[in-house]
Amino acid sequence: MKNKYAKIAFDGLITNNASFKLVLGTCAALGMSSSAIGGFGMGISVTVVLLLSNVLISMLRKVIPSAVRIPAFVVIIATLVTLLRMALEKYMPDLYDSMGVFLPLIVVNCMILGRAEAFASKQPVLDSAIDGVSTGLGFTVALTLMGMIREFFGSGSFFGIELFDFSIGFFASAPGAFFTYGICIALFLLITDNVEKTARKKRARAFRVSQSAPLPAPEETEKKEAETC
Amino acid sequence: MLTAIIAVVVTAAFSQNFILVKFLGICPFLGVSKRTSGAASMGVAVTLVMLLATLVTYPLYVYVLTPLKIEFLEIIFFIFIIAALVQMLEKIIAKLSPALYRTMGIYLPLITTNCAILGVAELVLVNDLSEIVSGSAAISMNLGFALLYALFAGLGFTLAMVLMGGVRERLEKLPVAKCLKGFPITMVAASLMAMAFYVFTLI
Repeated sequence: MKNKYAKIAFDGLITNNASFKLVLGTCAALGMSSSAIGGFGMGISVTVVLLLSNVLISMLRKVIPSAVRIPAFVVIIATLVTLLRMALEKYMPDLYDSMGVFLPLIVVNCMILGRAEAFASKQPVLDSAIDGVSTGLGFTVALTLMGMIREFFGSGSFFGIELFDFSIGFFASAPGAFFTYGICIALFLLITDNVEKTARKKRARAFRVSQSAPLPAPEETEKKEAETC
Repeated sequence: MLTAIIAVVVTAAFSQNFILVKFLGICPFLGVSKRTSGAASMGVAVTLVMLLATLVTYPLYVYVLTPLKIEFLEIIFFIFIIAALVQMLEKIIAKLSPALYRTMGIYLPLITTNCAILGVAELVLVNDLSEIVSGSAAISMNLGFALLYALFAGLGFTLAMVLMGGVRERLEKLPVAKCLKGFPITMVAASLMAMAFYVFTLI
């Protein structure tokens, strides 16, 4: 039983990482990643909305008629974002100001509606909550990472603390956002692909050992060739 | 007055281009920009909905929500108005021009969750024009400016979409490293385009 929850969490964080694998919620990822703190704040805000919307939708999944489910989901998400906006305005005015128009735009973040439609509307409450948190955290990690890269190269600082006295304007501006995002996706795909390949190879070897029958080598070299990206 | 109009046009379409500078509406930018023709249809559909949505949401906010002191409900109201408008537009186009519906129809449902539409509806809710148009004189915001901003934001969106469509048509024929295929190389191409548009912000 525990395994199932671990799998949901792993899927949300890595296998189906919203930013790098599925490329959802791109507007927020590009717009809020100019600083690590901004990216982290945006990620956590989305995580909170995603968790609450997944839980609510999962609880109401037997009540909402399927013909009007999309408008119903949108109302739930819009209400949550309105509440979040009020809370941030009151308690974290700095973050509220830095998020600007991207805060109300959490409503149309395809990731939230996507998880509601694909997961929460079919699964029990606890599963949906875990899915919401892990997907949200996957998004947060991606945004914070991009924010760290762009902040470091753009202003030589790390989470707002100045480390070096240099700045590459490219990374702080809009073109740098696209560039950093593109390169991050490429690296993520490269790493996950290679990890998966090694795992598959290991499994194949274990299988071979258990069969105790040495197989010819050509398959191995073929795989290695495919590996060079 | 005339300078203000020019400032709005240049800002909305170029120097604050919705896709390449403000990062709004990236989903259709990446999703439907494989062909120039499809990109153009999507751009026109978005421009139309932007204009209509602003025409409804701006007066609603100024004359209904503000006097009633329920501005905090704006997100919920706006998203519903946009969804209703898109549905309506889809029905009207299907009835009036089936040919147009065939080329544009499939893009319409996607527009509901397009952040550029909600973005423009939210952005024009300022008291003073200089808040969204840098360098313009302080002129109080009105419906005319809001519509102008929406129209040219939509046209700027269309321009970026069509340009990207052209780039991607060429990209498909080029040999690209496996891990860069698809989204990553598109992002890098967008980065180069954004650099070109970045020049406008220096005006």
